[in-house]
Amino acid sequence: MLTYDLEADGLRGLNSSLQRQTIDTNQNNWEVVNPKGSHAIAVGLNAEIEVTVRGSTGYYCGGMNQQALIHVEGSVGPGVAENMMSGVIIVDGDASQYAGATGHGGLLVVKGNASSRCGISMKGIDIVVHGNIGHMSAFMAQAGNLVVCGDAGEALGDSLYEARLFVRGSVKSLGADCIEKGIRPEHTALLQDLLERAESDAKPADFKRYGSARQLYNFDVDRNMTY
Amino acid sequence: MDSKIPRTVPIQSATFTQEVNAEIRRAAATGIYDIRGGGAKRRVPHFDDLLFLGASVSRYPLEGYRERCDTSVTLGTRFAKFPIELDIPITIAGMSFGALSGQAKEALGRGASAAGTSTTTGDGGMTPEERGHSTKLVYQYLPSRYGMSPNDLRKADAIEVVVGQGAKPGGGGMLLGQKISDRVADMRTLPKGIDQRSACRHPDWTGPDDLEIKLLELREITNWEVPIYVKVGGTRPYFDTALAVKAGADVVVLDGMQGGTAATQDVFIEHVGIPTLAVIRPAVRALQDLGVHREVQLIVSGGIRNGADVAKAMALGADAVAIGTAALIALGDNDPKWEAEYQKLGSTAGAYDDWHEGLDPAGITTQNPELAARLDPVDAGRRLRNYLKVMTLEAQTIARACGHNDLRNLEPEDLCALTVEAAAMAQVPLAGTEWYPGKPGTGY
Repeated sequence: MLTYDLEADGLRGLNSSLQRQTIDTNQNNWEVVNPKGSHAIAVGLNAEIEVTVRGSTGYYCGGMNQQALIHVEGSVGPGVAENMMSGVIIVDGDASQYAGATGHGGLLVVKGNASSRCGISMKGIDIVVHGNIGHMSAFMAQAGNLVVCGDAGEALGDSLYEARLFVRGSVKSLGADCIEKGIRPEHTALLQDLLERAESDAKPADFKRYGSARQLYNFDVDRNMTY
Repeated sequence: MDSKIPRTVPIQSATFTQEVNAEIRRAAATGIYDIRGGGAKRRVPHFDDLLFLGASVSRYPLEGYRERCDTSVTLGTRFAKFPIELDIPITIAGMSFGALSGQAKEALGRGASAAGTSTTTGDGGMTPEERGHSTKLVYQYLPSRYGMSPNDLRKADAIEVVVGQGAKPGGGGMLLGQKISDRVADMRTLPKGIDQRSACRHPDWTGPDDLEIKLLELREITNWEVPIYVKVGGTRPYFDTALAVKAGADVVVLDGMQGGTAATQDVFIEHVGIPTLAVIRPAVRALQDLGVHREVQLIVSGGIRNGADVAKAMALGADAVAIGTAALIALGDNDPKWEAEYQKLGSTAGAYDDWHEGLDPAGITTQNPELAARLDPVDAGRRLRNYLKVMTLEAQTIARACGHNDLRNLEPEDLCALTVEAAAMAQVPLAGTEWYPGKPGTGY
């Protein structure tokens, strides 16, 4: 395993080193020490490497990740895994706002809680939160799956498109055009897979599914107060 | 009734005009606000309210056609490893594939490249055709992040973080279902045929402190190679420019209210934001106060039509301008040859702005394959190149007449204003005087 001391050697050196790794790299395992809440750690990666961050990070950890497995042994600031395309990001602690924002693919696992706007505008990413999520999560979420093993805050799934939301606990309120939907066998299988990959022992049968009522997809004057 | 008694002539209200009344009736019938494309149509203080003074006894001109007048500009010299070098200071503003046909985007790329300048993507991401036909391509980073890919980000020659635009500062986007074709839907990860909404603010940052961190992330992902622009709509240009600089922008793009949009509420276009003329001097003052004028370049857009507009914007302190609506007209938008079809759509050439409906007879603001095929991207690209060349020649003509051998040597002292309002906004004297409102030392 290669060790990179972020405090001593700086952010630019870390990201350029990680971004240089390609498909045939033999430098597959990295650890980052002394992250001390720094921003933009391990962003723009595009190789099947494993990066372990020994501590907590600031904004945008793992931003736009492709292929890499990034494991944060701490909590993360706003925008973890923003616009992730593929790969896996695991956060042992909590995540601040906008976790997984606009992500197109891959899997984000938050083993603690996630703050507001988790999964905002998600476009295909899978997100599993072991704890609770904050208000306005999955706002304008387009595609992908958001799995919440705890509770969800206010206005879940407001202005939702085609993303699927699964919540085991309570939902404080649903946002505009977001409704509860039934769990079909394919959803159970999907949940089972995601929960296993996220190392959660939650049972698919305990979840409810929420999705778009698709009533805001084309303008209707009689619904104008919900836009 | 005695016909010999003079009658009161019917008087149309200056407030309830025929257009206003028609809009009230339309709103009452439909229950929805008017949506349209383009920028503000109302008369506002404008570059037309400024004049160049030209050479005189105190200044001598340069010989037209004989003495050099440079037009090149370098954008992104502050932090980027590879700033953008443009032959002319006129760039093509961001317009999306989706709002425009693939042919129109290709034509923009061809025309801009032939003229030695850049073009810009829009909401919805980068198409291979657009990248392929654009020598220099600026990639817009928008709140929606539709089609946003780090791979495309790295193909760009610059990144433009869009905070707002002049037609709708504070507003999001709208692409009605008629224009969400299979390809557009796929690029934006949306169901076909739905009304696509774009958020009004970015999903993962708010405020200038966050923006600074966002720019850091974008630079880290692109290896600090390409310039990062920050585009804002014209509202509070002094503070927006200062905050963009503080956040780390290489280039600030300021878009006045005449700047176009693909589709927005008419009430938004006409009533939010300030004129292009009014944004430049406060922005330049912010750059000067921070000691970065010319180090951080300023691009101004919104209603630029000809070389005189270019020269006036640059004289007020801009490093370059961007055009959108004018470029579309050069391609063939609103051409009178389609008048019969405009009439069928309830409009007329020059006034057609229902770009969101996807029925553009000129084949530019549409995703209808048959309509889009009407635009030959090679011919249209040539027209755009010609137009850009003419604008540049016009600006050079004016600069030489003012005694300058570089367009960026134009200065406010070359200008005077025709109206008090323009004098106040541009901070140049009213013609024939040495006075403008707010001039230091004048007491008013």
